[in-house]
Formats: sequence, structure tokens, C-alpha cells
Amino acid sequence: MKNSTKIHAYKARKLALEGIYNAASGHPGGSLSIADILAVLYFEKMNIDPENPKMADRDRLVLSKGHCAPILYAMLAERGFFSTDLCSTLRRADSILQGHPDMKGVPGVDMSTGSLGQGISAANGMALSAKLDGKDFKVYAILGDGEIEEGQVWEAAMFAAHYKLDNLVAILDFNGLQIDGDIREVMNSTPIDKKFEAFNWNVITIDGHDYDQIRNAIEEAHKVEGKPSIIIAKCVKGKGVSFMENQAGWHGAAPNKEQFEQAISELDEALSALETE
Amino acid sequence: MAIGDKKATRESYGMALAQLGEKYDIVVMDADLSKSTKTDTFKKKFPERFINTGIAEGNMLSTAAGIASTGKIVFASSFAMFAAGRAFEQIRNSIGYPHLNVKIGATHAGISVGEDGATHQCLEDMGIMRTIPGMVIINPADHVEATAAVEAAVKYDGPVYLRFGRLPVPQIFDENTYKFEIGKGVQLAEGKDATIIATGLMVPYAMEARELLKNDGIDAAVINIHTIKPIDRDIIEKAARETGAIVTAEEHNVNCGLGSAVAEVLCETCPVPMLRVGTQDVFGKSGKPYELLKEYGLSAENIAENVKKAIALKTR
Repeated sequence: MKNSTKIHAYKARKLALEGIYNAASGHPGGSLSIADILAVLYFEKMNIDPENPKMADRDRLVLSKGHCAPILYAMLAERGFFSTDLCSTLRRADSILQGHPDMKGVPGVDMSTGSLGQGISAANGMALSAKLDGKDFKVYAILGDGEIEEGQVWEAAMFAAHYKLDNLVAILDFNGLQIDGDIREVMNSTPIDKKFEAFNWNVITIDGHDYDQIRNAIEEAHKVEGKPSIIIAKCVKGKGVSFMENQAGWHGAAPNKEQFEQAISELDEALSALETE
Repeated sequence: MAIGDKKATRESYGMALAQLGEKYDIVVMDADLSKSTKTDTFKKKFPERFINTGIAEGNMLSTAAGIASTGKIVFASSFAMFAAGRAFEQIRNSIGYPHLNVKIGATHAGISVGEDGATHQCLEDMGIMRTIPGMVIINPADHVEATAAVEAAVKYDGPVYLRFGRLPVPQIFDENTYKFEIGKGVQLAEGKDATIIATGLMVPYAMEARELLKNDGIDAAVINIHTIKPIDRDIIEKAARETGAIVTAEEHNVNCGLGSAVAEVLCETCPVPMLRVGTQDVFGKSGKPYELLKEYGLSAENIAENVKKAIALKTR
């Protein structure tokens, strides 16, 4: 089906919101913004096996912006790593689904993250290990645009270019908002593309909700030799739920019952449109 | 090397890595200090498995976590101050929480760093590392123990913090008979009046203190604790029951290292009078290593003095 990947993205959006709603806590804004990118990775690009989540030479994904765990779990469940029913247990004391990704407890999670800036370094380590062993698996790291204010990101950026980690693709969720507001007002990290270019990275800028642009960018990144690539994906924080879009307030807030029901009905509407297209 | 010959445990670390590199698929990382941490010994032999991160310790430790997640054994090295101190949170969250197979080779621990002064004399690393669930902490006393500790760390599946010194220290163990087991204290001398529990370069001072105390008719036992965590609770409890007074000796702040760890065990098992030799919650300063050790009370004489005080507390 033409829209199958996008359908997974919208189903995952619903699962992520169900978890956040039930937990009455979590991070919807940045989860919704990267749903389309994760769907392309998990359903079209990554060499993974839900039956064998620790497969030695699998591609790896590090959610460096670990607070967006709800959408990572939702995507892994959609992909078959565990039951989609589990998504509604997010953040509960009796659940494996921790508030931030836990590689020990959740099948398909490749690195424990949550403290910003560390995941990109870990992704570098995986990519370097592949180089040391002459293996050809790929490593993807998902960064937040607020996250790059952490100095460690730039230590890692130097490292990845120095060691020519062309098997690493970082994807930056450039939605322009962080907890305290507009990233340009909190701490201006722009121009982001020029910074990564200056750090000797291959930089690709796309619309993070345009499936063909996402696909092409990943393909282009894999063709580049001798340097790491970063895809700067212009995204809409809260994408897919009208009242959450472009609102910093939805960074780390759970919807109430009425809001949740509205969000689900909007996502259902989008889904039925996709399914009949 | 023979007993009494001096070698810094950081040298032993570098030599052990170079040797173990033949047998095990280990990766060694450093943050621009390979000549000082002695990982350059490994680098010369296995340049393809040596990764310099430049001066970026936090990045080094998180990168080590990523390499370890693919099944490799990684040693990440820096000075204790910048490994345990600067990169604490990376160690806690990227390595400790997922219990990854990263070994932290922390050199230049303690006041015997000398001339570089307080900013480089790490006196709190054992305490910092003790707060991380599942972290193994080893503080070897001499070349033989340090060499054995590195191999034990390779064989252990999980994070290990290895603490090494800059100052050459005398070999005290016989390499032909020495046995190392993570978490096992070593009874170096029996005694009936008190027990000195020492770690790292304080171990030979503890043995010397035992000799000094003989002149006063005091028979002190000596235990070497190379593994600060998990600490050997049994040997500590037994020492308390049999000798009734304990003195700890460490090149570290007494408030969070060996002294604290032993006090915790005693309080929960067999409370007896106890005193702690180490730096007394102060920063160090520049000076010659041996001058500093003496000035901060890290000496056989001060251990002996504290043993007498601890014995006096027994009779109250």
C-alpha cells in the first residue's frame, strides 16, 4: 500500500499519546514531531529483526533525545518487537516502559538515553565499532534541536568527523522549540547547518514530514564516504494534533481526557483518509 | 621486578593492557593523556584498537558505552579527577545504568600526584563511584595487584573502576603466589589487639605501622582491601569480632571512601571503636608526593597512633 509507512506513523502517534495520557505525564510534542522519520527508518530502512532484537549486525538507532521514548516504544510495538497493548502502560511502576529508554528492559532499544548529549556519543561508539570490525551496519542518532546546546554534542561532532564515521546518520528534529520556549530565544544555536559543516559533516536539510525527502536524504547520507551525515529535519512540534502543533507548552505535558479524545479523533481522521487514499 | 622494587601502578596498567591485548579483543580509549596514563604502551602495540578522543572525557565515556554495547570490552582512561569527577554523569547514565562492559582506568588518583596540586589530586573518586549501583571499584596496592586487577576486570562482565597512582610504589606481593579475586579482602597479618584495614599505597604503611606497634606491645592485624565495592563484609566483620578495634587507611577523603565503607559494614554487623586515616575532608596542595603524604597523615606513624587511640576507646 502506498501509504503503509505513513499509516504506521499515525498509528504510532496514537499509541504514544495513549501512553502519555494514561501515565498523565510524558513528552508528546517531540514524540509527534519525529514520528514520520522513525516510521521511515523502522519500516523501510533499518536492517532489524523483531524476533531477534539483539541480532549482532543489525542497524542501530539511538534516541539521543530520550524524552521522546513514547514514540520510540510505539514504533517498536508497531514493528512487532512487543505487543502494542504495552504502550498504554508507559511510565507505570509495573511496566518495562520506563520514562526514558532502557536498553536492558525493552526489546529493540539499542541504548539507554535520557540525559541529553550522551546518545550521539554512544552512537559514535557503535559506528566506530562497526568500522573496527569491518562490518557494514548503520547507526542512526536522533537529536533534538534544544539538545545541541549540550557541549558534549560538539565533542561528539568532532569525534565523528575525525574518525570518518560515514556509517553514522544523525537526524536533528529541528522543530524550533524547547521547554522554555523558542530555541533562538532560550539559547540561539543557529545556524545549525553551518556549524555542522564547519565540523566537517555532510549536511542535508529537509522537511521532516515529507516522506520522499526523508527517504532520499537517508539514501544520500549513505552514499557519502569519509564523513558523517546529519539530516536537519524541519519538523512541527506536536505534528498531527492541531492544538499541540508549534506549542512549547506541549513539550512535556499530558493531555486531559477531553484533549486526549480530540487528539485521537484527529489522528483517526487522518488515518482513515490515508487508508482510503 | 622483585619485592621492594618500585613501580607506579599506572605503569602496571599500561603493561597489562599491552599484554592482554594479545589475548582479548579489547579497545583502549584515552583523552589526550596516553603518555601519562600509560595507555601509550597499548597504543604502540595495537594502534588500530587505540582511540584518542582528544580532551573530552564525557564524550569518551559515552562513546565507550556505545562501543561496549556492540560486544567489545572497552578500557577508557584519564586522570581520576576527570574520569570519576568530570564524567560522573556519563558513567552513571551511559555505563552504570545499562551495566555496560566498560572499564574505567583512572590514573593519578590521590594526593601523591604531588606538584600538580589540588585540582588534579582526586580524593573523592572512590566515593563518587560507590554511589553507582553495580559498579566494581578496585584500588590496587602494587604492581602485582594492579596487573592482576586489570585481567580480573577484563574477565568480569560489567563496569569496573580501576584506580591507579602516579607515584612509584614498592612491590609488596609475590607474583608467583598472589591470587586476586574481585571482592575478596586479603589478610596480610594476624593480630589480636586491633585490625588495620588498608587500601592502595597505604597497604605497605599499614604493615610498617604493625611493626612500630610491636614496640609498644601491640599486636595489630592487617587486611588489604583492594576491592572497595563490592566490599568484603565477612572479613571486616570477622576482624571486628576478633580484634575489637579497627583503623582504616586510604589515600582518599575519609568521608566517602574505604573508611566510610568499613564503617557502614561495622554499624550493620559488629560495631566496635573505629578510626579513619586518610585526608580529613580537605583539598590537597602542591608539593613533593612524600612530603604531602606525611603532612596529610598518610604515614605508618599516624596509622600506629590511631591504632593506639582506637584500642583506648575499647576500654571506655
